[in-house]
Amino acid sequence: MSTFLDRVFGRVRLDGVMAFVAPALAVVFALLVTSVVLLIAGHAPVDAFTTLVEYGAQPRVLVLLVNLGTTYFLAAVAVAIGFRMNLFNIGVDGQYRLAALIAASVGGAGLVPGALNIVLVVLVAMLVGALWASIAAVLKATRGVSEVISTIMLNAIATGLTGWLLTADRLGVLNGNAIGTPPIPEDAHMPGMALIPGTPMKINGFLIVAIIVGIGYAVLLNRTRFGFNLRATGQSEPAAVASGVNVKRMVITAMVISGAAAGLIGMPELLGSSFEYSLNFPTGLGFTGIAIALLGRNNAVGMALGALLWAFLDSSSDALQLMDISKELVDIMKGVIVLSVIIAYELVHRYQVVAAQRRVSHELAAPAEKEGAAA
Amino acid sequence: MGEAAITTVIATDPAVELKGITKRFPGVVANRDIRLSVAKGHIHAIVGENGAGKSTLMKILYGMQRPDEGEIRINGSAVSFHTPGDAIAAGIGMVHQHFMLADNLTVLENVVLGSEPRKLGIALNFGRARKKIKEISDAYGLGVDPDTLVEELGVGDRQRVEILKVLYRGARILILDEPTAVLVPHEVDELFDNLRVLVREGLTILFISHKLDEVLKVADAITVIRRGTTVASVEPSGVTARKLAELMVGSELPSPETRESTVTDVAMLEVSGLTMAAPGHGPVPKGASAEQLKAEGARLQLEDVSFTIHKGEVLGIAGVEGNGQAELVEAIMGMRSITAGTINLGGTDITDWSTLKRREGGIGFIPEDRHRHGLLLEAPLWENRILGHQTRRPNVKGIWIDRAGARKDTQRIVDEYDVRTPGIDVDAAALSGGNQQKLIVGREMSGEPVLLIASHPTRGVDVGAQAAIWDHLRDARAAGLAVLLISADLDELIGLSDSLKVILRGRIVADVDPSSVTPEQLGSAMTGAGEGA
Repeated sequence: MSTFLDRVFGRVRLDGVMAFVAPALAVVFALLVTSVVLLIAGHAPVDAFTTLVEYGAQPRVLVLLVNLGTTYFLAAVAVAIGFRMNLFNIGVDGQYRLAALIAASVGGAGLVPGALNIVLVVLVAMLVGALWASIAAVLKATRGVSEVISTIMLNAIATGLTGWLLTADRLGVLNGNAIGTPPIPEDAHMPGMALIPGTPMKINGFLIVAIIVGIGYAVLLNRTRFGFNLRATGQSEPAAVASGVNVKRMVITAMVISGAAAGLIGMPELLGSSFEYSLNFPTGLGFTGIAIALLGRNNAVGMALGALLWAFLDSSSDALQLMDISKELVDIMKGVIVLSVIIAYELVHRYQVVAAQRRVSHELAAPAEKEGAAA
Repeated sequence: MGEAAITTVIATDPAVELKGITKRFPGVVANRDIRLSVAKGHIHAIVGENGAGKSTLMKILYGMQRPDEGEIRINGSAVSFHTPGDAIAAGIGMVHQHFMLADNLTVLENVVLGSEPRKLGIALNFGRARKKIKEISDAYGLGVDPDTLVEELGVGDRQRVEILKVLYRGARILILDEPTAVLVPHEVDELFDNLRVLVREGLTILFISHKLDEVLKVADAITVIRRGTTVASVEPSGVTARKLAELMVGSELPSPETRESTVTDVAMLEVSGLTMAAPGHGPVPKGASAEQLKAEGARLQLEDVSFTIHKGEVLGIAGVEGNGQAELVEAIMGMRSITAGTINLGGTDITDWSTLKRREGGIGFIPEDRHRHGLLLEAPLWENRILGHQTRRPNVKGIWIDRAGARKDTQRIVDEYDVRTPGIDVDAAALSGGNQQKLIVGREMSGEPVLLIASHPTRGVDVGAQAAIWDHLRDARAAGLAVLLISADLDELIGLSDSLKVILRGRIVADVDPSSVTPEQLGSAMTGAGEGA
């Protein structure tokens, strides 16, 4: 039978309406809990939520929200590829930071002109992410080292390594007091899209990439032989082995793909807004990806909705300060959502198992009774 | 006179009495109107086939499950157990088939684990525990040293530690679930000696087994369970193994006899010199002979196993479980690496092939543990149809899963193999064991296999499904399929096989002619009693 972790990480299907009811319930519950917190702190919950929504609905904030959501979604997909196979790639965080740093310095060198440079930067990032992830993969496949431990350690190493590389005599360039990689030439900036009227700000072109990655993820997992093997390994490794899956090879392949996807996480920021890797480059996105993958149960659409929800909470939290409410309130909301969504999925799953068994036995009731009467 | 009469009454008061116990699970009735009376100081055996409902009954008695109907009386008073803790408090102890001991702790630590004696409220009082363990060990002749590490103990000793563990918690009624399944014959005899001492000291033992010769040897009373209900209570002195077997399987059981021989002289699977060292011995030189390995002190799970299966032949492997059958199957499937020997399939050397390539080469596999190796329980039936056939039509086209093709073929299996299911979109977990097995058999017979490895193909399935699976095996054999059959059901082995080999401690020790052997003879060959004969 499936373990609790299987259900948490979405390796067990949840069909139909229930897949939406459970997270919706979790969000409602989170709203209730935050309301209580607000009341205790002496604020009116309705006002706070109205402010959040009104602020978030402004065209300028909507653009921010979509751009942030794009990054979050890529992070969630990178995590989810591992999750579906029972691999806990906690190292997405280190993988994308190292990948972004090296890709940024390759891009900043301006080796190839224009759009080719964009392609080069993206490919280098994916390659570095994949290589960094493959260390943990090889350790697991050959030595049985838990990928949780090794990727956490590799995160720490990546932090040290990026710090060491980002110094003036290595990949960094001093610009006043700040240090960063040489800026990527202007002709290699990802073009934005003015999709939302009422603001000059543009949607990051990586939205398209994220949509393609999402579709590719869903197709790869659900429609291909490789995806079937990956899911089978995640659901039951002994059954996968007996069916002819080479589990060691699957571990390496899945981890490498996860790492390559992780390499994409820094790209919207690098090629769409900062154009250099500096000390200000966003960190911790790998962990955000874990939360969103949980929320979306590793399902492409679910993770897209989760990424947008997270992006909405993050980008409109500033509005709370106008009302003298600490913006950390959204962190409480996010925490409660993740916790309650896990509980909601578990409850729905239990209900479904019992319901399915009842349904099957009910539909088979007639022959079963005959059998009993014969005994 | 009056006093003597009273003692007699107390002495014959049943230790355990079950009346009308019924337990339903969705879709199945696991226990129906179970009636059982166990006299104090008796070894009472409960026999029945796999899946007859013995385990459910014991789980009810041990408080792990609650009956839907019926009454449990312990020493004359009605009880209602909600948890195993309640059962333990009532003096019932359970020794599980699979030991639950921590290897890196001592016997003493294992025994007190969970009910540690306290000194001044916090410190552990090992001294008192050690004394108590010694007392119990001496009183019942268990010969257990409290300060040995469990990892240094053999299987028989570990079992005695398990027994000691429940005695330490004050059990007066012991449930032993298939205690001999993991033991070799002389350990079985030692266990039986221990059990006799225990009952002499006034304990009561419920002994669950499906090994009739052992039951007849040790039990004071026998209750037979068939299809979820108690069908007979007999005295061992007034019954033969044959009679017991008939009670166990019932008269309506279809016979597994195959009709005329379909064996050809075309060899399909040739295994020669197959040797496998137990893991943990360290690196073993590839191709080292069994003698070399033994000289180095390696424990061999398979030793120089050779046999040939022809087209249209069923080769049965008989043996007490854990004598290398699982290793043999996994070696042929390529799931475990072998140390020496070759495997030939239809004239091609497949020794170095991967599991996938072997499957593509036409090996079908009905695994022993269908939940672990045969199914994705949380996936729909049509996805389970793909499992093991991920590279073949109609499931895939190139790198793509062919949903329509897989679904259509799943429906075919459901129809042809009479899988009772409301549809092919339900999860495999929702089906009963028998229907899950029929789905696996149907799947493994798909794609025209040339060799089928069937490990306990009818274990835990109901009688109807069993007959259907036998029919399918016979038909496939007539069509030229080579079958390696591994089973604990001796009637099934004798009835289906064209030739039979006995495996003991990883070696093929005897060839038996299935047309003339009786289950009793085969049984004694399996325990090594027939060796040299």
